[in-house]
Amino acid sequence: MKSSVITFPGSNCDRDMDVALKKFGFKNKMVWHTDAELPKSDLVVLPGGFSYGDYLRCGSMASKSKIMQSVINFANAGGMVMGICNGFQILVETGLVPGVLLRNKYLEFICKNVFIKINDKKNKYFKNIENEILELHIAHNEGNYFCTNDQLKEIEDNNQIAINYCDENGKIEDQFNPNGSIKNIAGIFNKEKNVLGMMPHPERMIHTSLSGEDGSLFFKNLINNLK
Amino acid sequence: MKISVIITLKKDVLDPQGKVIHQTLDGMGFDDVNEVRQGKYFEIDTKETDNVKAKAKVEEMCKKLLANLVIENYKIIDPK
Repeated sequence: MKSSVITFPGSNCDRDMDVALKKFGFKNKMVWHTDAELPKSDLVVLPGGFSYGDYLRCGSMASKSKIMQSVINFANAGGMVMGICNGFQILVETGLVPGVLLRNKYLEFICKNVFIKINDKKNKYFKNIENEILELHIAHNEGNYFCTNDQLKEIEDNNQIAINYCDENGKIEDQFNPNGSIKNIAGIFNKEKNVLGMMPHPERMIHTSLSGEDGSLFFKNLINNLK
Repeated sequence: MKISVIITLKKDVLDPQGKVIHQTLDGMGFDDVNEVRQGKYFEIDTKETDNVKAKAKVEEMCKKLLANLVIENYKIIDPK
C-alpha cells in the first residue's frame, strides 16, 4: 500500500505520520507543497502542525497551495484523503469536508489524551476495527467544530460524523467535550466517506512509550481495509 | 488604489475572543457595553484604476480567500 504525506511550511507532524505509516506497512512518500503532482497513492495524509503560521485562518493558505489541486482531484475521484488536526483545518478550507474549525470555546490550547467513540464503521477508515472507543491525543487551539444548521442536518442525514469526544465508557456528553464542538464532533467524513478530517492524532499513539497504542489499532485496521 | 475590507463573524457564530474583551472592558469600568464582536480589517493596494473592476476583484478575493463564508461576512469599503 502506498501513501503520501504532504508537507507544508509549518507542518510538524509530517515525520511522525511518516513513521507511523511505515510502521504498519505503508510505503510512504513525503510530498512538498509546491509539487504539482501526487505520487501514485492509496492514501494521502495532510498532517498536523501550523501551516503558514496559522495566518488568516488555520489551514486557509495551505488549502490554496499548488499540491492541493491534485489532492482535491484525487479526493473527487474517490481517493482516500485523511487530514489530522491542521490537516482537518486544511480540508474544511478546501471544502472537501463541510463546516469550519473555530477557536476553542475556552480560548485554551488543549494538549491532552481524550477518548473518542467511532460513530460510523461503514467506511474504509473504521470498518472492522475491534474497539468502539479509542484513547487518542489532541493538541490544538482551533478544534471547535462548527457548521450551519442546514449543514448539520445534511451531515447527520448522511451519517458523516466519524468520531465524537466521549468518556472512557463511550458516553458522549457536554462535559467530555474539550473544545466546544457541535455535538462533540471530533472528526467528519465527506459524503462519500473517502475523505476523513479529525482533530485527534492517531500517529502519536503507536507505542507504549508514547502514552498509548490505540493509534496502532487504527493504522493496522486501516491498511488491512485498503488491501 | 487602496480598497479596505472588513470581515466580521456572522451573528450566530460564537466569538469567545469578543466575549473576553467584553468582560475585560467590563472589569475596567466600561460597564455599559452590550456586546463586543472581534473581526479583521484588510487594506488592499491594487494596480487596478477602475473603481468598479477593483471592487469586483476584491469581492472575488473575499469569497475565495479572505473570508470563510460559513462563519464570516465581508464588507468592502468604497475607495476614496
